[in-house]
Amino acid sequence: MIDERRFEGLIEEDEARGSFRVHRSTMTSADILAGERARIFDTCWIYVGHASELPKGGDFVRRDVAGRPLFMARGQDGAIRTFYNTCTHRGATICRQAAGNAKVLQCFYHAWTFDLQGALVGCPDEASYGGSFDRGEHGLKQVARCEDYRGFVFAAFRADIEPLERYLAGAKEYLDLVIDASEAGVEIIRGSNHYTIRANWKLLAENSLDGYHALPTHETYFKYVADLEKDSGKAIETSPTGAATSYLTVGVARDLGNGHAVTEKLAPWGRPLARWSPLFGEETRVDMEQARAAIVARFGEARAQRMCDNSRNLLIFPNLVVNDVMGVTVRTFWPVAPDEMRVTAWELAPIGESARLRSKRLDSFLTFLGPGGFATPDDMEALESCQQGFRCDGVEWNNISRGMLREPRPVDELQMRTFWRQWNRLIASPLAAPV
Amino acid sequence: MIATEISDAEVARFLYREADMLDGWRLDEWAALFTEDASYVIPSNDTPDGDPDRDLMIVDDDIERIRARVKRLKSRHAHREYPASRTRHQVSNVLVERDGEVLRVSAAFTVWRFRNDRGDWYVGRYDYLLVPGADGLRIRAKRATLDMTSLVPAGSVSIIL
Repeated sequence: MIDERRFEGLIEEDEARGSFRVHRSTMTSADILAGERARIFDTCWIYVGHASELPKGGDFVRRDVAGRPLFMARGQDGAIRTFYNTCTHRGATICRQAAGNAKVLQCFYHAWTFDLQGALVGCPDEASYGGSFDRGEHGLKQVARCEDYRGFVFAAFRADIEPLERYLAGAKEYLDLVIDASEAGVEIIRGSNHYTIRANWKLLAENSLDGYHALPTHETYFKYVADLEKDSGKAIETSPTGAATSYLTVGVARDLGNGHAVTEKLAPWGRPLARWSPLFGEETRVDMEQARAAIVARFGEARAQRMCDNSRNLLIFPNLVVNDVMGVTVRTFWPVAPDEMRVTAWELAPIGESARLRSKRLDSFLTFLGPGGFATPDDMEALESCQQGFRCDGVEWNNISRGMLREPRPVDELQMRTFWRQWNRLIASPLAAPV
Repeated sequence: MIATEISDAEVARFLYREADMLDGWRLDEWAALFTEDASYVIPSNDTPDGDPDRDLMIVDDDIERIRARVKRLKSRHAHREYPASRTRHQVSNVLVERDGEVLRVSAAFTVWRFRNDRGDWYVGRYDYLLVPGADGLRIRAKRATLDMTSLVPAGSVSIIL
């Protein structure tokens, strides 16, 4: 039983004073985690994977989605479906490889066999069930809804959810800025990182678009970028408008609706699409100029400048991050306990990019991102450090008020407030419980 | 030094010395083992055959990035490693192949990392390209391929493997 009292008064907001506080029990309570499973992860669209991971009919990938073992498959009809990864007979997992291609998947336990559209196509000694056995009732079970937005595939666990496109609200525009990098669209690069952070999952939602922490936490990264410029005697190209890049004042933060949020600013680093820095080497200048010219031709100078020069950190509520920074990372995460999460992260890139630029893109990504990057490990440390701090129990509230009394910037905390307001709406609403 | 005259025991001793530098956090000494055209690579757990030009890696360093990595790890602002963890790089199953002027070496590794009452481990296979130089062996390529299917529970690879 969920104790409703645990869900009251967790957020205190005073707009006039510019004060926004979140109670730390949101990060430590098992009751709240149970509430999140029922009222957030089971009521929102949750990212499963990308269509580019399944180029052909019969392709499949196994995925834990918000902790549930599922798999995503492309049927011979070309449609992508998401199935519960469990045999309808007695429960064994059906999809036992991380990825592959198959005409059918067979449960090894009693050899029930299913095609990639979910139909039960084989059941040994079916006659022994008697005449009433209906194969049609024993197909693999799909999640309640599975939809994609331009290749980003999401699942929902209840049928009465609003359509994905409406759910994404203002976030669509920011996905478009990533997807439009190539006329052919974008693809997930081979290889992924799956890891643990011993911290509450919401800390990563906050951290993934927190501009305020970047300078202090990632000082070593900015030093590394500065060293590259010094050693090469060349600086990162400034924007065509010559805009100043003072870190504390540049950029915007936006509430995109439904808990989604974004920060956008002129990048203080090079970007593979298409903002040259010494990291990319002289030999790629031509490729980047060509890539940029193609974007300008398709979208005009203003939008091209956003796509090429600006970094964007996008959070799609509750647990999808698409950060288009010194590379594009797609990251999803979910709780296994109040103080522990699992993270899966991929890299996304434009289809048809030159081999030389792709290689540099991969290199640029690794400078900052990933478990061996020069920044991500320090983020993990920060989140785990916060979680340890919460164990004190002596301080009850987190302060997330930054920038409430001005036009919000990436170094403010509007992004987190956007997340938390939606979180609070859902967690405090018994109506949001599964139907 | 000539590759064909270097014994298996000398190669193993070289790897043990490298491990000892890492465990002693003598990272400048470690970086100096690498040639100017060197690479240090860790593929993603799910892509052990990963190619740094095409696939997502965990680490893909050239000599400049190796030096930058060392510089970063020595700083007080590499928060995952400040205070520094205690590590033990255990190297075994060393196999040496002599290929003209280079040595192709594979070995098994277990790297333990301890910090704040927590222990993490990394298990896998090293592949080295070693070249003989005037002052002994140098590393032209080091690839650490992880056996764990994911980075659950270690989280990151904040140390050098």
